[in-house]
Amino acid sequence: MQITKEQRVDETSAMIDDIEVREDPRASEIVLETRDLDVYYGAFRAVRDVGLRIRANEITAMIGPSGCGKSTVLRCFNRMNDLIESARVEGEVRYHDVDLYGDKIDAVEVRRRIGMVFQKPNPFPKSIFDNVAYGPRVAGQRRGLDDLVERSLQRAALWDEVKDRLKDSALGLSGGQQQRLCIARALAVDPDVLLMDEPCSALDPIATGRIEELMQEIKHDYTIVIVTHNMQQAARVSDRTAFFTAEVNEESDRRTGLLVEYDRTQNIFSNPSDGRTEAYVTGRFG
Amino acid sequence: MKLGTVLPDQTRKDVERRLQRGGIDFGGFVFRLALVSCLVFALLVLLVLVADVFDRGFGVLTDRGLDFLSAPLRTRADEAGIFQSLRGTFWIGVFVVALAFPFGIGAAIYLEEYAPDNRLTRLIDVNIRNLAGVPSVVYGILGFSIFVKAADGFFPGSVGDHAGKTTAAAGVTLAVLVLPIVIITSAEAIRAVPREIREASYGVGATQWDTIRTNVLPYAAPGILTGTLLSLARALGEAAPLILVGAVQGRLGSRTGFFEPEQLSEQFTAMPITITDWATKPANSGFVENTAAAIIVLLVVVLLANAVAILLRNRFENKRAGR
Repeated sequence: MQITKEQRVDETSAMIDDIEVREDPRASEIVLETRDLDVYYGAFRAVRDVGLRIRANEITAMIGPSGCGKSTVLRCFNRMNDLIESARVEGEVRYHDVDLYGDKIDAVEVRRRIGMVFQKPNPFPKSIFDNVAYGPRVAGQRRGLDDLVERSLQRAALWDEVKDRLKDSALGLSGGQQQRLCIARALAVDPDVLLMDEPCSALDPIATGRIEELMQEIKHDYTIVIVTHNMQQAARVSDRTAFFTAEVNEESDRRTGLLVEYDRTQNIFSNPSDGRTEAYVTGRFG
Repeated sequence: MKLGTVLPDQTRKDVERRLQRGGIDFGGFVFRLALVSCLVFALLVLLVLVADVFDRGFGVLTDRGLDFLSAPLRTRADEAGIFQSLRGTFWIGVFVVALAFPFGIGAAIYLEEYAPDNRLTRLIDVNIRNLAGVPSVVYGILGFSIFVKAADGFFPGSVGDHAGKTTAAAGVTLAVLVLPIVIITSAEAIRAVPREIREASYGVGATQWDTIRTNVLPYAAPGILTGTLLSLARALGEAAPLILVGAVQGRLGSRTGFFEPEQLSEQFTAMPITITDWATKPANSGFVENTAAAIIVLLVVVLLANAVAILLRNRFENKRAGR
């Protein structure tokens, strides 16, 4: 029997519903949701059929081998893929049930609510203060920047280290400090969601530990989605984990990513329901 | 053998002998020598030229000093100066700065940041590169057939054969000549802005305009500055297009001031024109020395423009690097 895409999606989301109803009747509100999400770069389909529900005040981790499309999916959540001219999104990405790719949606407004921290710390070549104040300034804020910068740096656990040198260049900070500065910069616009694209991959274990602590502290006020190559990190910090993998296309040797399993982190790591997930988390591939 | 134990003496000597280099790398030495002689040859030619010019012309500058700069063109070598030539070159520079810089940088920003990446854009891109390679004489013809005629209509006072052959027409012609260079170098500087910086800016909700204004342009500023000021230096040294636009030697207008904008509608000369003209005068007329002196002045002007470019670039680069 031919199974249409719609049927398959219905079944998938029905399955997710079942899991949640069975295990977590008090699950928090859905902040981000993808339905049937495909991302193309030109004619090439980089990711297919992703259905995910990101819940408020949780940390959701996206793991999987290289090329599985986890970063691509993350970049759909704040329309960062718009910057790549050939990128095209099919399906839906909903934020509080509003279609982020709807006709009248302004990507700039989306990014003010859904902030992002990148793989490589990328402070602007400006002062520490100007880095944090950048988002509020481009949003038109002129007053109260001193307070806002201080609060943002405190949230990012960086204030004590930099309070005496706010006018110094951000490029003089260490890698771990720079990444916390980038978190402070993202928090300064008071977003609802924080997307983190392998935020610790360029950092040493101590700096990584600080970022992870910080994530735990701020998750009560924000919804966090983190892409990570590091399975231990996903296991340590996240509430839910989405495991992606890549499949080789028949027509070309490029890989298309897909979502294999999405569940509470505990289940993904101790009792995965898909053989591919088990093989990955136990280190047998990837 | 356990790790950490000392190697037996025989083995150590053996290893030492093997690690020490065997003989001289003759091929490498010859190659290096060839490279050094390339450098020496290139510098030597320049050095001889500059030394020759200084040898002939420096006396004029020390003897006459400011008089050489402030005297007008005359038929007697010991009275002739380069006042009008410097003035023409100055105003040409003003036109380049006022026209080629904003239009060139603006076009570069559009091409890099806004234009869709399609066949038309690529065609335009390739053709701008081709334009940068068009001989300057061709721009002179363009200047003669368009800008001179336009200036003729624009300045009602000018009549006769020389109508339209004005400082303004020359300035616009040279601005157009260097426009492709300004576009290319600016576009390259803008393209070199790291993607991480753009992403960071967009990531906190900046618009495209915010991102360009507060991040892309400051980051690209050193590169843009270097390119534009080098193109200015090139414009100041061009003679061929000016000849076609109608630069004259002698019979210049009555204006005496350096900065009077009225002279834009009058006939002009410029440093390269004066140098070319004087260089063709008889050997014992005294103009050979004047030519050399004028070359020194032009070199100083161009080197000053380059020095400003380097200073500004270093300042912006230091700022960018957070020093």
